[in-house]
Amino acid sequence: MSIVTVQLGQCGNQTGHEVFSALCSDIRGTHGLCSKKENQSYQDSCKERFFCEEESAVPVARAVLVDMEPKVISQTLSKAARSGHWKYSSHSHFCQKQGSGNNWANGYSVHGPRHQEAIMDLVQKEAEKCDRLGGFFTIMSMAGGTGSGLGAFVTQCLRDAFPTSFILNHVIWPYGTGEVIVQNYNSVLTLSHLYHSSDALLVHENDVIHKICAQLMNIKQISFRDVNQVIAHQLGSVFQPTHTAGGGSGYSRNPLGDLMETLVPHPEFRMLGLRNIPQMPESSLAYSTFSWPGLIKHLRQMLIANAQMEEGIDWQVRPPQPGSSIPSTNKPLHFNTSIANLVVLRGKDVHAVDLGSFQDPSLYTSWLNPQDAFNAWKTPRAFNKYEKSAALVSNSQFLLKPLDSIVGKAWNMFASKAYLHQYTKFGIQEEDFLDCFTTLEQVISSYTNL
Amino acid sequence: AVSLPFAVGQCGNQVGCRFWDLALREHAAVNKEGIYDEALSSFFRNVDTRSGDYGPGTYKGKICSLKARALLIDMEEGVVNEILQGPLRDVFDSKQLITDVSGSGNNWAVGHKIYGCQYRENIVEKLRKTAEHCDCLQCFFIIHSMGGGTGSGLGTFVLNLLEEEFPEVYRFVTSVYPSGEDDVITSPYNSVLAMKELNEHADCVLPIENESLFEIVNKIHQMINSGKLGSTVKQNSLVTASAGSAKTLQEKPFDAMNNIVANLLLNLTSSARFEGSLNMDLNEISMNLVPFPRLHYLISSLTPLYTLADVNVPSRRLDQMFSDAFSRDHQLIQADPKHSLYLACALLVRGNVQVSDLRRNIERLKPSLHFVSWNQEGWKTGLCSVPPVGHSHSLLALANNTCVKPTFIELKDRFMKLYKKKAHLHHYLQIDGMEQSCFSEAISSLSDLIEEYNELDATKGGPRIDPSRLKIAV
Repeated sequence: MSIVTVQLGQCGNQTGHEVFSALCSDIRGTHGLCSKKENQSYQDSCKERFFCEEESAVPVARAVLVDMEPKVISQTLSKAARSGHWKYSSHSHFCQKQGSGNNWANGYSVHGPRHQEAIMDLVQKEAEKCDRLGGFFTIMSMAGGTGSGLGAFVTQCLRDAFPTSFILNHVIWPYGTGEVIVQNYNSVLTLSHLYHSSDALLVHENDVIHKICAQLMNIKQISFRDVNQVIAHQLGSVFQPTHTAGGGSGYSRNPLGDLMETLVPHPEFRMLGLRNIPQMPESSLAYSTFSWPGLIKHLRQMLIANAQMEEGIDWQVRPPQPGSSIPSTNKPLHFNTSIANLVVLRGKDVHAVDLGSFQDPSLYTSWLNPQDAFNAWKTPRAFNKYEKSAALVSNSQFLLKPLDSIVGKAWNMFASKAYLHQYTKFGIQEEDFLDCFTTLEQVISSYTNL
Repeated sequence: AVSLPFAVGQCGNQVGCRFWDLALREHAAVNKEGIYDEALSSFFRNVDTRSGDYGPGTYKGKICSLKARALLIDMEEGVVNEILQGPLRDVFDSKQLITDVSGSGNNWAVGHKIYGCQYRENIVEKLRKTAEHCDCLQCFFIIHSMGGGTGSGLGTFVLNLLEEEFPEVYRFVTSVYPSGEDDVITSPYNSVLAMKELNEHADCVLPIENESLFEIVNKIHQMINSGKLGSTVKQNSLVTASAGSAKTLQEKPFDAMNNIVANLLLNLTSSARFEGSLNMDLNEISMNLVPFPRLHYLISSLTPLYTLADVNVPSRRLDQMFSDAFSRDHQLIQADPKHSLYLACALLVRGNVQVSDLRRNIERLKPSLHFVSWNQEGWKTGLCSVPPVGHSHSLLALANNTCVKPTFIELKDRFMKLYKKKAHLHHYLQIDGMEQSCFSEAISSLSDLIEEYNELDATKGGPRIDPSRLKIAV
């Protein structure tokens, strides 16, 4: 099954480019560490999922590029073409001239309806190129105007036009300081709207990825490109082909569907966080060895203690003792309760990995059976030069604190009525803001009381 | 997306002249292949002179003849004529000029009411024609001074006109404010009358003071002459811009100062023209820096003012650039933002600067700055890959800060000094359409603005009480 990616705004397009780049470089690599047959199967599956062969010499990404100003798309298209290994279709982009001005209302209420037909037309064409459509993957930031506002609108359109398809929104959360002043307004508006049309939100936070770049990747002068490359690596580690547990011998045909099924049992809980281990500069890979027990132990503690990366993990945090009924307010401090988790393992000896520690019922709420709350996908084919790597996609309280912080700041600004005239100018009124705040406070409350 | 500058009056046109010169040089330095590209098209049309000026749309491909997208307006001919006889003569054509002979006599009312009325249709027609040639018009720039008659009066008339004819296009105004020792006696009247228009019809105003420009120019000359920078100082920086730029033999006295304002405009629009990892368009500047409609006066500061010799500047020097942007020496207006309240702040960086450099410096500078309680992290940032000519990086800081208040209070005081004595009032009141109420409304508008800043200042340093969040029934 194929996934159609929709890249929205500057961030969406810049990140999307790194994602396809990483996927392509991974399948072209000779570091698979598995049988030729396995490797071939992996490559074919990846190509079917993300690329289209067409008559062109190189694989063509199954993607629609959308932006309200031309510079980024122009750059993105040419960068891909220059790689010589893959490219975007020359007919799969839509752009305008004047941008959205970091104004969610402009993106949602003005650009959205105005360009709906043209954009959905492109999406339809991409969808038709797929033998079987596995769903949509949108990449956007929520801080600006296009990715956020137009992105929310397009997601709604996707839902209306493809009511039975899966939609996964990959949303990038901005740095806490210093990107866009009205980012918290744009974020509140985006998240609340996406919550109503999307199946799930997969989140990356710039602050977290930045730390990974600084502390794990040892990058001195970190650029957005560096950040986007780490994000691309993390996404690739989840969405490159794998065998699901009950999927027989071939590669999973329906990654988005499987993801939704395992991780989103209840519509009120759609926020997914992503962790990946190990992460290091490429130059260090040759000198490092890892054991699966070590990796799994760290990953589990990262989950429990809500650690952002494999350094600085708080090992003191423990799950609550089983057997006692514990109201959420008495749970151990800083313990991250999960609804459901998915671990993706790639590389040497995956078949022998013991994941029992992730099935510990004390990690989870009591709604699902532990065997349903936890799932694992595996492949012996190594990913992106890492001999062994493990990714965790988690529906848990990972994002509770950052979400609460964003809503708090936005509310603080809203109380002073600052910048509201910029939104009402384009049709988003105070009542609309209030509705969005209400939706998100509800989400915060739900996750708090797990 | 096109930014369309209007130079109105003597000051406006002198700055405008420097601006076009520097813009051409900036694009020439970047555009080696002579192709008419998207970046060029934001300021210039590409005209195939064989088929006539107003041929069918712009000609893509090789550069033929570049014509500035602009309107030059002056009620005296001196400055505009000089431009047309100078090296920039091919960049403009007669259809972009609106001139008269007798000037406005340093009288806002003459500029606004008489010439406004007289030239209204002419201006609208030329404006529409110019706009027709633009694929997408994003923003108007008005460049003028506040203290005289044409720039101040006719300039604000044009501002009104732009709002009427193109309400959706952003209006940025670069205004040179008169100093206390200004030799035009009626400059306070002209400025306050113009302020009312700026309050009501501009989206963003960048106030500039000659004193600041003068001090900056002096500082540069000192640095060059002191030999501290030695042989590393390149003469082709666009701030000093003497040799190598299109100029007449004698450096005109205000040229160096006007270069600074021209640089401001170039840097302001750089991210809209050139690529970068975090673009910042003009509509984003307005969106992020104007929390309440009338509080749209932005303090600008530019760094570096002299060329850095090293290409690969180690981080320490880079950080110095950020510190400089918050030093009063680099501001284009005399004000003290560090001791007042920031409502919002934007940093537009050009050159090889990455997001980690930005973040490091914001963290470093934040503690010494006071931000309003509802915008504690009020930073808007942009990264443009293309540095200005002769520099490896540069930084433009725009601040919405209550420190503009003293400037406005002084202006009000100077106005009241004259007004109480009714000095020179008859020159204004005898103009058709001018009444006493024009003055009282103008001073009232200024007073209200000052009061808004006062209210914000009152919150500074007070206890921080976060409003309680919505409660959700569990």
